[in-house]
Amino acid sequence: MSGKDDQPYEFDKARLSTAAVHAGEERQKNASSITDPIFCASTYTFPDSASVIEFVEHKLPREEYGRYGNPSERVVERKLAALEGGEAALLFSSGMAAVVGLLMAKLSGGDEVVLFNECYHRTRELCAKHLSRFGVVTHEVPACDYEAMERAITPRTRLLISESPTNPHLSVVDLERFAGLGRKHGVDTLIDATLGTPYNVRPIEAGIDYVLHSATKYLGGHNDLLAGVIIGPTDKLEPVRKLRGILGSVNSPHNVYLLGRGLKTFELRMERHNANGRAVAEFLASHPRIERVYYPGLETHPYYDVAKRTMRGFGGLVTFLVKDADWKQTAAVVDAVRIPRIAPSLGGVESLIEQPLVMSYYECTPEERRQFGIPDNMIRLSCGVENTEDLIADLTQALER
Amino acid sequence: MQFRTRAIHVGNEPDPRPGAVVPPIHLAATYVQNEAGVLQEFDYSRTGNPTRKSFEETIAALEGGTHALAFASGMAATTCAMMLLASGDHVVAGSDIYGGTYRLLHNVLDHFGIEVSLVRASDDPKRVAEAMTPRTKLVWIESPGNPLMSITDIAACAEVAHQGRAILGVDNTFATPALTRPLELGADIVMHSATKYIGGHSDLLGGVLAVRDAELAERLHFAQNATGAVMGPLESYLCSRGLKTLELRVREQSRTASRLADWLAADKRIARVNYPGRREHPGHAIAARQMDGEFGAMLSFELNGDFAAAKRVVEGTRLIRLAVSLGAVESLLEQPASMSHASYAREDRLAHGITDGLIRLSVGLEAFEDLRDDLDQAFADAMG
Repeated sequence: MSGKDDQPYEFDKARLSTAAVHAGEERQKNASSITDPIFCASTYTFPDSASVIEFVEHKLPREEYGRYGNPSERVVERKLAALEGGEAALLFSSGMAAVVGLLMAKLSGGDEVVLFNECYHRTRELCAKHLSRFGVVTHEVPACDYEAMERAITPRTRLLISESPTNPHLSVVDLERFAGLGRKHGVDTLIDATLGTPYNVRPIEAGIDYVLHSATKYLGGHNDLLAGVIIGPTDKLEPVRKLRGILGSVNSPHNVYLLGRGLKTFELRMERHNANGRAVAEFLASHPRIERVYYPGLETHPYYDVAKRTMRGFGGLVTFLVKDADWKQTAAVVDAVRIPRIAPSLGGVESLIEQPLVMSYYECTPEERRQFGIPDNMIRLSCGVENTEDLIADLTQALER
Repeated sequence: MQFRTRAIHVGNEPDPRPGAVVPPIHLAATYVQNEAGVLQEFDYSRTGNPTRKSFEETIAALEGGTHALAFASGMAATTCAMMLLASGDHVVAGSDIYGGTYRLLHNVLDHFGIEVSLVRASDDPKRVAEAMTPRTKLVWIESPGNPLMSITDIAACAEVAHQGRAILGVDNTFATPALTRPLELGADIVMHSATKYIGGHSDLLGGVLAVRDAELAERLHFAQNATGAVMGPLESYLCSRGLKTLELRVREQSRTASRLADWLAADKRIARVNYPGRREHPGHAIAARQMDGEFGAMLSFELNGDFAAAKRVVEGTRLIRLAVSLGAVESLLEQPASMSHASYAREDRLAHGITDGLIRLSVGLEAFEDLRDDLDQAFADAMG
């Protein structure tokens, strides 16, 4: 064994790629193995009754039953907390399970939440249609309208919620301003940073209380697992951890292993996603068949100044409108690309493409789509890590058809 | 399609029924047949498995080949290639081949009447020509070689082998197809320990053979099926997943290795750096020709110090772990004199350039500055 394990390397302070590979892991693992084992056990044995009593009396920290925690999961939780610059992380079986876990732990009947209206639509649906049944009151205000958000805060407000950048419009929230609103009114803040990732945005450093990710996207990165995570202060997450044990929305050891494996190449993948996103956005912005491109790294983007000030890169997601195209002509562009696959989701190594009208908003009325800002000619492209020239050549041929 | 795009898409067609963007993992040992005597594409997983096939198709495309076979380990892949030989055949191999291959040739295949000659192919491909006899059926080389990163001219060796009607096999583990594609340089078989860069995460054992000839592929598949050391479905899946970031990993790890090599070369505590990317490396010109833009993520260096000082350095790093194996996201280092080449007599070891103060470093994905600082503190502690 290495002779200096008595002087542990401080991975939490290491640079991002070093932390991505090592943070959260024990230096000396089971059987001296270089990688963490996958613990599949549903339950954990005690040598005798005295140990059970010691455990129940909180004198012996250890595992008990799979729904309350798993050693493979704890490693990945520590790694995610280190990458985000937070104290603790809590994994769930999906991004939505993480939202449900946090909101149910934080809110009671009569409490209020304020959301920017470009939050992930299932999060808004959860608040408006389901938490409302338990007496939680939801206020939606226009995205990035901080005055409107402040006006909506009441003494019963418990949480301010936004996504940043938003999906599919890629509006960028001024995180320090958002956190400042929460501090001023004594209300906790939650940012869904799924599209931002800890590579591009740093909500905790900006003063945000909770950061949420659908880890299915860039964190897992390979389109082969579902996971959600909340990062925040240890004491604030403790009740959420306890509720997760009751709700049962834990992830599986196999999934969590793949998530941890995916995180090892996190910085590399993000550099490539950012480079592809920027190149594709610039290509589309100069293409005669394109009416408009939504990408925070373009000077024409309404939130370019905030993005430039607060983001390290601008991500792999590019949304655009096809000029003078109805929904069928737009669908023909989607159908003509060869490398990106038509599918919902984003953030994986494979490029994915979708037309929001036919994918997530098909059941909406035209009036509702206007309200959500989803025109018929909108396409959302999640750039993977393929070769940049291949992606642009593919888009070129699709737009020339 | 460019290399990186092929790595993500070839062999990874979405499953047609549920449309899953990532193909499923097929654990089945056997496959239901429609009628007796007419085998479908898959009949039994030793012969073929859809998940393994998916990985094999991707790696074949990345190597510029037409067929590939996946094995339980790198040595299982090498063993399968050797199954092309028969009693009385002769093999010419580079003197810097992997120790496990050396052991297979000298201590196993010798029982079956196969002879081997080791030559310094990295010095000059003529050494290969001089050792060939009418019975030579196989030439086996590795580039870069271990642990001095010796570079062998693959195209020249292919020519020499073919002139003598032998085939050329190349162990491409250190270079990876991202940087060197031996089949495009005239080699007949390319072999990998997929445990290293192909898997890339230190979490599987595997081996690969890739070829560009259907008849040779058929002979190798016959041997694989007959001997049975196939790669399992879970490892095949993890290998496919690893390939999607292969080029990103290898290029980034190589860039960091190159910066570390330059830093080490400028340090007075270091006597010598073995890295093909440096001009003074004897194989630099060939490497610049046969490696695609980078020079790999493996390097070795000699301390201005004795055996004990080198031992203190490898035991004194905090970030870089002391372990054999290589090619993964975690940086690893080892002292060949006490670990990978400890079984050599000291004189033989020195004759091969493996000095007491030599340290081999497999550069991972950590930040250059963190790796440099870790080596620096280990040198300071070990050497004062």
